[in-house]
Amino acid sequence: MSAAIEVRGLRRVFRGRTGMFGGERVVRAVDGIGFSLAAGDVLGIVGESGCGKSTLGRVIMGLLPPSEGEVLVDGKRLDTLDRRSRARLIQPVFQDPFSSLNPRHTIEQIVGLPLAAQGDVTGRQRRERVMEMLSRVGLSAEMASRMPAQLSGGQRQRVAIARALVLRPRIVVCDEPTSALDVSVQAQILNLLAELRRELGLTYLFISHNLAVVEHIATEVAVMYLGRFVEQAPVDDLFRAPQHPYTRALLASVLTPEPGLGIPDVGLGESYPDPANIPPGCRFHPRCPIAEARCQTESPEGRRPGGRLVECLLVDGQAVSDPVRVPA
Amino acid sequence: MSLRHFATGLGLLIVGIVLVAGLLAPYIAPHDPFAQDLMKRMIPPEWMDGGSALYPFGTDQLGRDYLSRLLYGARISLLIGTLAVVTSGLIGITLGILGGYFGGRVDDVVMFAITCRLSIPLILVALTVVAFVGSSLTVVVLTLGLLLWDRFAVVARTTTMQVRTLDYIAAAQAAGASRLHILTREVLPNILSHLVVVATLEMALAILLEAALSFLGLGVPPPLPSWGLMIAEGKDYMFFSPWVIMIPGIALFVLVLGINLLGDGLRDMLGTGRRV
Repeated sequence: MSAAIEVRGLRRVFRGRTGMFGGERVVRAVDGIGFSLAAGDVLGIVGESGCGKSTLGRVIMGLLPPSEGEVLVDGKRLDTLDRRSRARLIQPVFQDPFSSLNPRHTIEQIVGLPLAAQGDVTGRQRRERVMEMLSRVGLSAEMASRMPAQLSGGQRQRVAIARALVLRPRIVVCDEPTSALDVSVQAQILNLLAELRRELGLTYLFISHNLAVVEHIATEVAVMYLGRFVEQAPVDDLFRAPQHPYTRALLASVLTPEPGLGIPDVGLGESYPDPANIPPGCRFHPRCPIAEARCQTESPEGRRPGGRLVECLLVDGQAVSDPVRVPA
Repeated sequence: MSLRHFATGLGLLIVGIVLVAGLLAPYIAPHDPFAQDLMKRMIPPEWMDGGSALYPFGTDQLGRDYLSRLLYGARISLLIGTLAVVTSGLIGITLGILGGYFGGRVDDVVMFAITCRLSIPLILVALTVVAFVGSSLTVVVLTLGLLLWDRFAVVARTTTMQVRTLDYIAAAQAAGASRLHILTREVLPNILSHLVVVATLEMALAILLEAALSFLGLGVPPPLPSWGLMIAEGKDYMFFSPWVIMIPGIALFVLVLGINLLGDGLRDMLGTGRRV
């Protein structure tokens, strides 16, 4: 099967200055990411705040130019396409449905925008396809004339999904599409996304910090840390037998609904990673509970012990006996 | 809060009255504003000694009915105010949106243009231009329009910078929308409420500047009745007939006050409320 989307050596660097006389601050938000995804698959991208996952999504969609690397959809380089062809291949669903819909436009205008931008769709065809899309995402036809302010968060996210799918794109980049919604609505939106993927044969990049959500919808999971994928595996393998110590810590950090257990100690310490100051060697070593001396100098980039991407010097591909390892 | 509503209502009332007066001037003016009658010079207003009900606001030094001139003068003030705002709005909003949206070099150029414009002494340049090109309605409108765009540009630029980062702009880009579409249909409608407030301020300023130019003899040419021109023509007589400058002066003050009150009210209404 050929890849629906292929990403090669993607990097995105932000440069800024700290104060008038400060030195240049270079933030490597996306620092060498490559993957390919078969049609119909869902790649869940998980990581902490600030690990670069949203930047990755924006670079892949072409909203931010990459500093290096390329993105291919159906074998076509996105950066060589004009805006209309690109829009037919890849579409976004954003996190906050309150800022992703123009408050001055009606729902029909919002959902019809990608069609209008194509330029070769008549007003009548546009209206028909908008109505069809609205019913597909579970919104009634009378919503078409409403303004976004008249809709609830869940309805707004349905509108955003309808807009993303109205051109029938190959790839949909979902950037935390449920994290701004009420818990009761999250499941509806997730099920809707899963259903639409089956019906329309879509391929998703699903960016999230919520492991439960990713486990629910993804077929493949990539764990991102300071701009790189540190581990990537099919969803069952990753959740059953996480290899990278960071993945294991993330899985251990999931809060359980059982009372009395308190907040789990995942052994990562208090400090946040700084993408402007990526540590040498293994970028995870300052927070790693099992780090050794060589982790400070030797880089694990590109390691695939046991045939699966695990950027850790200490993982040898053998089954890990304790999936969640927390130091005493 | 109720005081705010009262002030906005008052502003609306004032602007509405002046607008109606200007529009209906040919029908409600009791006399021809250009008709001179030297036998009836300097008749005081009705409420003063020697006034007559035939000339409610009296007559000027050439015997023209002052009320009629005031009504026709409202047309000139509003016309110049509106046209100057439209001209300056087009220039300022275009520059501001471009600078705010594209940032970088484009923004540097726009900021430089704004800084240059701010360092130009308004009245002096307006006087010079009008003195060289000659005074006509078009020249006054264009001069004011080309000079008053800075606040539009500043406000359009900052509000565009705020809107640019919102996801619906990114969604429109991803949807394949053209830049023109994004600037005019996604950005512009969302910064318009701020610009309406600027428009009222600039309109008040344009009306005052027109009056100032006319007072200095470089505004609209006589015998067109402009409020500033009326004050200028009346200044020789103000010691014995103070009403010749007080009437157009008060009209000018009240109109500008009304526009500003309305602008403040609009800002409050459009600024916080979420439009449904």
